[in-house]
Amino acid sequence: MSLQVTIYIVVGLTFLLYIGIAVWSRAKSTSDFYVAGATVNPVMNGMATAADWMSAASFISMAGMISIMGYGGSVFLMGWTGGYVLLAMLLAPYLRKFGKFTVPQFIRDRFYSKAASAVAVICLLFASLTYIIGQMTGVGVAFSRFLGVSNNVGIYIGMAVVFAYAVFGGMKGITYTQIAQYCVLIFAYTIPAIFISLQLTGNPIPQIGLGSSMAGTDVALLTNLDKVVTELGFNQYTTNVAGSKLNMSLFTLSLMIGTAGLPHVIMRFFTVPSVKAARRSAGWTLIFIAILYTTAPAVGAMAKYNLHATVTPGITRNMDVFAEGSSLKASERPDWMKRWENTGLLKWEDKNSDGRIQYYNDQTKDQNVIAKAQEAGWKGNELDVNADIIVLANPEIAMLPNWVIALVAAGGLAAALSTAAGLLMAISAAISHDLVKGIFAPKMTEKTELWVGKLAMAFSIVVAGWLGLNPPGFAAGTVALAFGIAASTLFPALMMGIFSIRMNKEGAIAGMLSGLFVTLFYVFAHKGIFFIQGTQFVDLIGGPNSFFGITPEAFGAVGAVCNFIVAIIVSRFTKSPPLEVQQLVKAVRIPRGSKNIKGAH
Amino acid sequence: MDNKIKQENSYWFATLRLLGIILVIWAVVAFGASIIFAEFLNRFQLGGYPLGFWFSQQGSIYIFVALIFIYTFFMDRIDRKYDVHEN
Repeated sequence: MSLQVTIYIVVGLTFLLYIGIAVWSRAKSTSDFYVAGATVNPVMNGMATAADWMSAASFISMAGMISIMGYGGSVFLMGWTGGYVLLAMLLAPYLRKFGKFTVPQFIRDRFYSKAASAVAVICLLFASLTYIIGQMTGVGVAFSRFLGVSNNVGIYIGMAVVFAYAVFGGMKGITYTQIAQYCVLIFAYTIPAIFISLQLTGNPIPQIGLGSSMAGTDVALLTNLDKVVTELGFNQYTTNVAGSKLNMSLFTLSLMIGTAGLPHVIMRFFTVPSVKAARRSAGWTLIFIAILYTTAPAVGAMAKYNLHATVTPGITRNMDVFAEGSSLKASERPDWMKRWENTGLLKWEDKNSDGRIQYYNDQTKDQNVIAKAQEAGWKGNELDVNADIIVLANPEIAMLPNWVIALVAAGGLAAALSTAAGLLMAISAAISHDLVKGIFAPKMTEKTELWVGKLAMAFSIVVAGWLGLNPPGFAAGTVALAFGIAASTLFPALMMGIFSIRMNKEGAIAGMLSGLFVTLFYVFAHKGIFFIQGTQFVDLIGGPNSFFGITPEAFGAVGAVCNFIVAIIVSRFTKSPPLEVQQLVKAVRIPRGSKNIKGAH
Repeated sequence: MDNKIKQENSYWFATLRLLGIILVIWAVVAFGASIIFAEFLNRFQLGGYPLGFWFSQQGSIYIFVALIFIYTFFMDRIDRKYDVHEN
């Protein structure tokens, strides 16, 4: 059976499974549509949250980023897991006790203000939409490879599928569907990693394989990788810092607090039966996430090694990388390279017309490498590999069986679809429930509310897809921007709402607005106003990363600090919150008396 | 009534102390071992892993998982001690 047919069959079967489950447990009321009646147990909820959480950024893009960034890629690993510690301790149990559907609802009641709730909706929309742009980038990559079309066509198809998928079921359908998706994506991620780890190191467990020696030698895989990449002029893999230590720390922190502030993740903790279950659920979620996250570094490093071994086969024979015959003959390049050339995400160009592909860092400052490359007649790097294709191409690079390649395609789509659906739910709830019904049209019927929600979903997909055609970065980078926005706006407001009785509406509103403004200003300066290409104004702020060398992806942490400071100062100069709100905060801190949330009012 | 308020206050104090301890460990692992002191730790090896690199790409994640379960365990005990647990 050909590869393409196998991919169709595996992807088709997994889709049938999700749709079957969605039909079987279709949402009946608004309450069902959003929170599944608060009846899901912690392990199941953890698994579903893990699927919801691990998006195209985690599945498709992250290991590719690690592959390119090396040690610097740790920011994604730590940022996207460490945030769960904050979520479990600082937010989840208290928001569960509070017992409302959505983040803006909490903000409205805690800060006794519709204006605060409207500001929260705006912040939420910025964060979620940016997040979906990143998803669309990933979906585009997956569909373009899977259907053999260009990246843009892949995005159009992805938009249609995501829309159909999200509109179809509510959260309840999604909870059970997401459990199935988790299973598909975790198998799809770990199986190729096991195969590759076994091939390279003889150890089937990727987490151990990455710390083992190359099969048949006593040289550690990482030592060997460090050697190969430095010979080719790249930075040493295990020590390559992302920018600076300060930038790495803030990047990690920004992703961590963004994790705890993202509405679609927080919403999941409303669906557990008790406060105790909310704490446990966060722990289970992280276990299920950690399985993928501890595998990802192995995938990244091993894919990098395999890629170099394919393009510069000399390294596997202990040849000098610059020797004649060390690099791959273009006419003998493997089929997977040709397949990815069709998508436009892998390109090569024979700059020195020697019929071979030279893949090295031509921007290197290592004089030794520059001299050797010149001597060998190399005229620049000839291969351009988009970071987002590494995971999907990984099993092809390692020449694994067709069914494994098909499984990875199915897993990538599962990851992208499940997260996009969860985000669209959060957007639709925020617009229809918190904004339109909560502020403009309180008398709206449930049916109209659902319609408004679906309309909001359609609108978001179109916007995100359109911006996804010219994405502000790789999927994981774009998603990191979304985390920065959540980190600088929602997280501080939620945290202070619980941990400070004195925090009032004036403080919260000023804090959220200043965090949002500061972060967006810095991000838009680098990436364009509303991510529209050509509207960058980076010169205005003194060049790229001008604020202490901090990259826009890491800036959410600065925005959050700004939010906290502004909120605290403003609240000190304005009235204390009313007595009943102070009582409410005290009640939220005590687990006893939590009850299932029903209805929307 | 007074007693109840006092008890709730000491419950909240106990909670904050637990959160503080866990957050310190969390920060030391994530920012200390994995970033600031990574270079120093890289002098040591854990199998084929340089230790600082291991903390940043493997160890920190295992420790985060452990921290959440440690938190839930002690939080349950605190809930019961101050008699504020759910039925």
